[in-house]
Amino acid sequence: MATTVVAEDAGRAKPRLGDRVFSRLALVAGIAILAALAAVFIFLAIEGVPGLAKPAEFYGSASTFWGYVAPLLFGTVLAAVIALIVAVPLAWGIALVVSHYAPKRIATPIAYLIDLLAAVPSVVFGLWGISVLALQLRPAYAWLDDHMGWLPFFAGPASGTGRTILTAGLVLAIMILPIITAISREVFAQTPRLHEEAALALGATRWEMIRMAVFPYARSGMVSAVMLGLGRALGETMAVAMVLSAGGGISFNLISSSNPASIASNIASNYKEGTPGKIQVLIATGLVLFLVTFLVNFAARWVVQRSERRLAR
Amino acid sequence: MSVVEAPVRPAPEAVSFTAAKLPRIAPVLVAVVAIAAAALPVLLLGWGLVAWVVLSALVFLVALPVWAAAVEGRRGATDRLMTGLVWTACAIAIVPLASLLWTVVERGLPAINTTFLTFSMYRTSLDQEVGIYHALIGTLLITLFAAVISVPIGVMAAIYLIEYGKGNRLARWITFLVDVMTGIPSIVAGLFAFALFILILGPSARLGFGGSVALSLLMIPIVVRSTEEMLRLVPDELREASYALGVPKWRTIVKVVLPTALGGIVTGVTLAVARVVGETAPLLLIAGLTTRTNFNVFSDRMTTLPVLIFTQNANPGVAETPGGTPPGIEIAWGGALVLIVIVMVLNLVARIIGRIFAPKTGH
Repeated sequence: MATTVVAEDAGRAKPRLGDRVFSRLALVAGIAILAALAAVFIFLAIEGVPGLAKPAEFYGSASTFWGYVAPLLFGTVLAAVIALIVAVPLAWGIALVVSHYAPKRIATPIAYLIDLLAAVPSVVFGLWGISVLALQLRPAYAWLDDHMGWLPFFAGPASGTGRTILTAGLVLAIMILPIITAISREVFAQTPRLHEEAALALGATRWEMIRMAVFPYARSGMVSAVMLGLGRALGETMAVAMVLSAGGGISFNLISSSNPASIASNIASNYKEGTPGKIQVLIATGLVLFLVTFLVNFAARWVVQRSERRLAR
Repeated sequence: MSVVEAPVRPAPEAVSFTAAKLPRIAPVLVAVVAIAAAALPVLLLGWGLVAWVVLSALVFLVALPVWAAAVEGRRGATDRLMTGLVWTACAIAIVPLASLLWTVVERGLPAINTTFLTFSMYRTSLDQEVGIYHALIGTLLITLFAAVISVPIGVMAAIYLIEYGKGNRLARWITFLVDVMTGIPSIVAGLFAFALFILILGPSARLGFGGSVALSLLMIPIVVRSTEEMLRLVPDELREASYALGVPKWRTIVKVVLPTALGGIVTGVTLAVARVVGETAPLLLIAGLTTRTNFNVFSDRMTTLPVLIFTQNANPGVAETPGGTPPGIEIAWGGALVLIVIVMVLNLVARIIGRIFAPKTGH
């Protein structure tokens, strides 16, 4: 009995000074993160909002901010979509190999190699893209121009340098492959063993088991993996800035050099000769990019969290 | 009503409880045949190695399902096809990685010597030797300061989330927004630091510390996430034992919880450093470019390795001999090799630390 009394006394006692200071510090650090996120938005807004309504000469050939940012936004999305179309099937394939096909002895090195891909700095990807991939792809583009020219995507004329939006999209695809693979791998591996074994016991082949037990279970995780990859691809700067030789307007022609730059690469290649007014325009485009990627990431994480809560129940 | 008719049974020795299957070595067999079959047009038409590999893969991906369709039926064929496709996906992903690493080593290695690593690009006469020393110093200092900013904030925030927040509304929001923050484009982080410092120091502000601020914005979420995971692995029994001895909560955290999780936290921090050490875009904006070695992060421009690679590649200069490699390209590849080695070593160190100090959860 006596011990209970002591415990209650301790519970009622005032927290020690050290405890109060330490918990306050931890709280401040947590709030600092929220503040940093808010600060990103606030400072971009302070410097960027004046860039939304400048005299027409600040926007190059376009006369308004939205006319200036629209082709860039189009370029950003186009490169990201190309990257997704290439990377998503590959990433899901690799994730399946690691989680279900390969024996553990082989799966671990494969997972390690894909993680290695994530460690390569983007500037090195850019360097490789411009001096290896772009050169290797030139004959392919010439062939596409000759034989598939009736498709609007390959209308040509084929770029002589290979530095097209398709090359940039392919480099982006390699760069977003690791993150899509990593998340898909995790959700695939979480499929309950019993579901899989039940499917196999009913006579399903391995692929049927994956289609009927793994995919339905992992669907929301797969969707959010794709969206996180999209967020990465939208914001990637250096690879696009180095690989793509940007042209003018909005065009679906993937193999010529007439495609617009992406928002991020446009900032990286134009900030240097920028006057303060021009810089404000660039920061305003950065604000647009921030909002777009924030929404994509927000949606992706929201899907993940909702499905996690559903699974936890 | 229902007359039980004896089904027509086949002879007992033909009874089989499993459907017909291809022999176990079927994939190997088909692979050998595919490689041989693809060799024929390759040799006749004089195509290269790449065409041979691609053609073999295509023949394999068609032949095995067709054979399986004949023996095992449609379902078996689909299964064989998908198995082939997922393994192909793996092979395709390895190709760019191998090509990239090979190119970086092949083109970077000739550039590297002691001059390259110990000289800056500042020169007083045209024939002076140049190197990347200034960029190494810049990368080191900027990353160091980024770590100094983000490690305390990240670790303390993780402590709040695990030890104090325990799933209340604020903690849930922080966890969620930290996840969202991992997706912030690096150029946006750079623009933020840029906007912040031109507000404070005027429009021509360029300083290494600005780069550290931008990088720490990218580092903090990684540090928080990895620390959180590690703190979660610390067994509750340890905390309870400490409380039972009358140790205050904060001392329990500092003396018991953190040391137990230390290995994992160091691993996480190292991986975060490896992640930001190669960042280019934010540093291009706020840290700027110079040819001199600058040891002061709080004033003046500061070159970092990624920015140096980018700018050297963009303005390579003129080759000494016609048709040779311009000096800038050589420096860019040499820098790329050094950068990759730094990143790989950091990753390796992180893994080794993680392995050595893996928390022993008991049980």
